[in-house]
Amino acid sequence: MSATITAPAYRVIPIIPTLKPGSMEGPGPFVANEKIQEGLGFPGKLVDDWHDQAIAKMGELLGKYRSLKVFMDTCVHCGACSDKCHYFIGTQDPKNMPVARQDLMRSVYRRYFTLPGKLFPKLVGARDLTREVLDEWHNYYHQCSECRRCSVFCPYGIDTAEVTMAGREILDSVGYGQKYDNEIIGKVHKIGNNLGLPGPALKDTLEGLEEDVKEATGIDVKFPVDVKGAEVLLITPSADFFAEPHIDSLIGYGKVFHATGTSWTLSSMSSEAANFGMFIGNYEQLRKVALRIRQAALELGVKRIVVGECGHAWRVAYSFWNTLTGVGDGADQDDKFAMMLQKQLDHRYKQPSHICEFTWDLIERGALSFDKEANDKHIITFHDSCNVARGSRMGDYPGGQFDIPRNIIKTVANHFVEMDPGTTHERTFCCGGGGGLLTDDLMDLRVKGALPRMEVLQQVVDQHGVNFLAVICAICKTQFSKVMPYYGFDRNMVGGVHQLVSNAIKLGAK
Amino acid sequence: MTGILFAILFYFATLMLVVGTLYRISVYTRTPAPLKIPTTPAPITTGGVVMRMMREVFLFESLFKANLWTWAAGWLFHASLALVLLRHLRYFTEPVWHWVVFMQPFGTYAGITMLLGVAALWARRIFVERIRYISTPSDHLMLALFMVIAMSGLVMSFVEHTDVVAVKGFMLGLMNFDRQKLPSNFVLYVHLFMVAVLMMIFPVSKLLHAPGLFFSPSRNQADNPRDKRHISGWAKQLESNETGVAR
Repeated sequence: MSATITAPAYRVIPIIPTLKPGSMEGPGPFVANEKIQEGLGFPGKLVDDWHDQAIAKMGELLGKYRSLKVFMDTCVHCGACSDKCHYFIGTQDPKNMPVARQDLMRSVYRRYFTLPGKLFPKLVGARDLTREVLDEWHNYYHQCSECRRCSVFCPYGIDTAEVTMAGREILDSVGYGQKYDNEIIGKVHKIGNNLGLPGPALKDTLEGLEEDVKEATGIDVKFPVDVKGAEVLLITPSADFFAEPHIDSLIGYGKVFHATGTSWTLSSMSSEAANFGMFIGNYEQLRKVALRIRQAALELGVKRIVVGECGHAWRVAYSFWNTLTGVGDGADQDDKFAMMLQKQLDHRYKQPSHICEFTWDLIERGALSFDKEANDKHIITFHDSCNVARGSRMGDYPGGQFDIPRNIIKTVANHFVEMDPGTTHERTFCCGGGGGLLTDDLMDLRVKGALPRMEVLQQVVDQHGVNFLAVICAICKTQFSKVMPYYGFDRNMVGGVHQLVSNAIKLGAK
Repeated sequence: MTGILFAILFYFATLMLVVGTLYRISVYTRTPAPLKIPTTPAPITTGGVVMRMMREVFLFESLFKANLWTWAAGWLFHASLALVLLRHLRYFTEPVWHWVVFMQPFGTYAGITMLLGVAALWARRIFVERIRYISTPSDHLMLALFMVIAMSGLVMSFVEHTDVVAVKGFMLGLMNFDRQKLPSNFVLYVHLFMVAVLMMIFPVSKLLHAPGLFFSPSRNQADNPRDKRHISGWAKQLESNETGVAR
């Protein structure tokens, strides 16, 4: 398949594409095998009574999630979302319009859970849950990156991500899971990170990194692991430990900690910020993955928890950790579970904090100094990662998640330009690889889904000579370095915000 | 005879509208929202959430961001409908409230703009490929319903007047369980029948978008997850193991 993948042509002006029905029909991503499925407590393969179980699961989810219930009822088919999805723009498959993606499930909801759908299915677009429908779910609920762009434009705030998550959870519950996501979640449960990198290997890697940094800068920047009593616990995506360009941002975090004399540590038991439990919409998996962070924080006795550059991880950390693990503030006094941890944390700081919040706070307090010229070879633009933009916040006012990373970039570099405002801030386009789709068996989709971002990147490359695409997400980094060559860009154009910090920070100066 | 049938129809329709909608709202209220999922940037305070919701309800803020044509047609239709509904209060109150008297002409002409709005929305549904693709027969019928209601109302206002005093008598009679005669007028029958249909399908159709908006977690939640622990009943039960540490 990969041999035939080509990037779609840029639209001359970004017009709304015509429909190409069926263009992305197919088997969808690889299906999880029995071992992977059973490791998460899901049925190993498609169960015999999948129909009844799927409907029962749907009923259960409708009772547990107000979002799903309200979103199933309220859509009026106005079409506000219909041209907003990057996968629709890139593939032109009408089933990738957010409303149509929702309708794959809504049609079944109407058939089994509403009176008109039971009485007049044709009239209201209701249909039976057949094997074809189930296969369609597997295919098209893995063509959504849960980026929430559609929810910005929906007059009722309908978030297709919630529907996709419910779809995936139903599929998992009948034994029809996705290999990539579920395999990774299994690794986290077993070893503590998405890569399956065991503690000793992690320590080796970090020691090697210390040597590299020493060689490059002459300074002993440490990357400590499992230090009890450290002030800061850094939870970062495990890709930061070895992948390019991720590792350059990890060096950046280390230098910020070093420059300010912050005592910090990583955890070998909880060495992963990513939480694919969100991608599959399963609360128990989401919670189980997140609880490792709670455990590490309690065992190491840290005062602060800081999260590295990762989009969905920051959404989980910012929006869900307090709920799932108690990492946060404002629990009731009789809430023993949360208070146990909240008593330990230092509430002069936001818990958790994003590494960009951490760095920007130090910059504002004048604790860091930079040699901006060190980044003069870069003409930088910033890609807002979807989960940070639309599912979280930084700082103490709405929209801080847009300003803080940009402020950092402008502090450490001289050349910064914005991309088309219709594609930044809360209107940002997903990189095309988020939401648990960052797998080679979906490469065709990933290339096509990157189209809207690549189009506007091309504009700033042509107009301003941009040669550095700064991001704060591990998935964006991997996805862009993989798909950019299809569009004729150098894969080394992409890098993290803390990579720029790392280039410019003056160590030992203060 | 027709009067009796319409009386029964309207009692039934009112019952369905009220009971059905209250039931739906009670389901939405009872269903927990276990996670904080406001679409950000979102207001940090409850007051901010109220403002965001008002902007959605009165200005269709998100739709404005999405598509100006849909917004214009949709807003015109809904604002006109609101004026028309308020105008109709005169048929249910005696004496008629002053502000209802004052806004009669606005409400009457709003019938025309309402028709324009429906026509524009329908045109979009027919001529825009993407919208045509997602439309079900019921989507078209819903617009047809509004169109018939608006047109029959406009005919009675501007072309073939009906005995509105008698209609009002009938409506007040319904409210006081005192049966009065309904004028015999085909256009009036069509108008009333379609309104009754609209009332009956409200709680079982996409018309639920009206109450639904207020329950949409992506719009009605404050963005404060780090400052206040948010936990739902069923999620709290998972914490029965006191430390909740996975081992």
